[in-house]
Amino acid sequence: MKLKELESRLQQVDTFEEPKILLEQYPTSPHIAACMLYTIQSTFDDIEGKLVADLGCGCGVLSIGAVMLNAGLCVGFDIDNDALDIFRRNAEEFEISNVDLVQCDLCSLEADAYAKKFDTVIMNPPFGTKHNQGMDMKFLWAGITMAKTAVYSLHKTATRAHIQKKANDWGMKMEVIAELRYDLPASYKFHKKKSVDIQVDFIRFSKA
Amino acid sequence: MKLLTHNMLTSHVKGVTKGYPLLIKATEVKVNEVDFNAQFVSRMIPKLEWSALVQAAEELGHRQDLPAELVPEYENNEEFLKKVHRVLLEVEVIEGSLQCPESGREFPISRGIPNMLLSEDEV
Repeated sequence: MKLKELESRLQQVDTFEEPKILLEQYPTSPHIAACMLYTIQSTFDDIEGKLVADLGCGCGVLSIGAVMLNAGLCVGFDIDNDALDIFRRNAEEFEISNVDLVQCDLCSLEADAYAKKFDTVIMNPPFGTKHNQGMDMKFLWAGITMAKTAVYSLHKTATRAHIQKKANDWGMKMEVIAELRYDLPASYKFHKKKSVDIQVDFIRFSKA
Repeated sequence: MKLLTHNMLTSHVKGVTKGYPLLIKATEVKVNEVDFNAQFVSRMIPKLEWSALVQAAEELGHRQDLPAELVPEYENNEEFLKKVHRVLLEVEVIEGSLQCPESGREFPISRGIPNMLLSEDEV
């Protein structure tokens, strides 16, 4: 499937009805989702025929895209029932059958819970700002315990040095694949501007 | 919930040392067709807890003739891989619960989604 086609199909994925501030719920745009997934498959061959986990999957745009690129199975994990409900409806509308969902708290995951059972982990984690500091690193740690080959994630460019240090501590190789401009729509009331552009790194973590 | 996912789920209730495998109590089970990918299934098999898969399939009444022991040279045995494909990816628990074998704690499954969330005093 071509990148353009993937992006246009992902535009049909429904997103949060009432985003929750504490969970930092904002949708991954179809454009960013398509670019991430396309690169993961075309450059690293980490989706087709793989067992993929999508952490903090929300309404499922990354999972659904991964299945469109022929993932063997993609399992979405999220704490929020409402988001999982929208995900389930999206999967039904797309007539996608190789996704599965689990409701759980990734921040309290035990290190051996999924002991490298997944080939690939993909995620657009909460950036860990304002109300939930450090959340992005908890998600990243969960991903690293779950993935056998690689973790793909988005992080604020401003935090790159900190993430690099953590990656070193955890014995992971970190590779910034792309710098993206993330157009965060003003989905919450405290965002005064219409939308805010933030610089985001698309990063691949693998065993050093 | 598919049985491939079930095969990876563990109960982490505080104090529990062996929260695996979770016992399935299903009130609604569905079989959804999934495209067969022999390579994927054969790559998943070595990662599985085989006995937990057989037990889960048995609990759901979908074991059919799945053997208790893994057959040798399954990679080239398409008939066998298709059986495994069916129980791993096509059989789904829609309603029911998962029970921790040690503490007895039940995790509800609703509209196909297991809820593994623990309350504050359980972590």
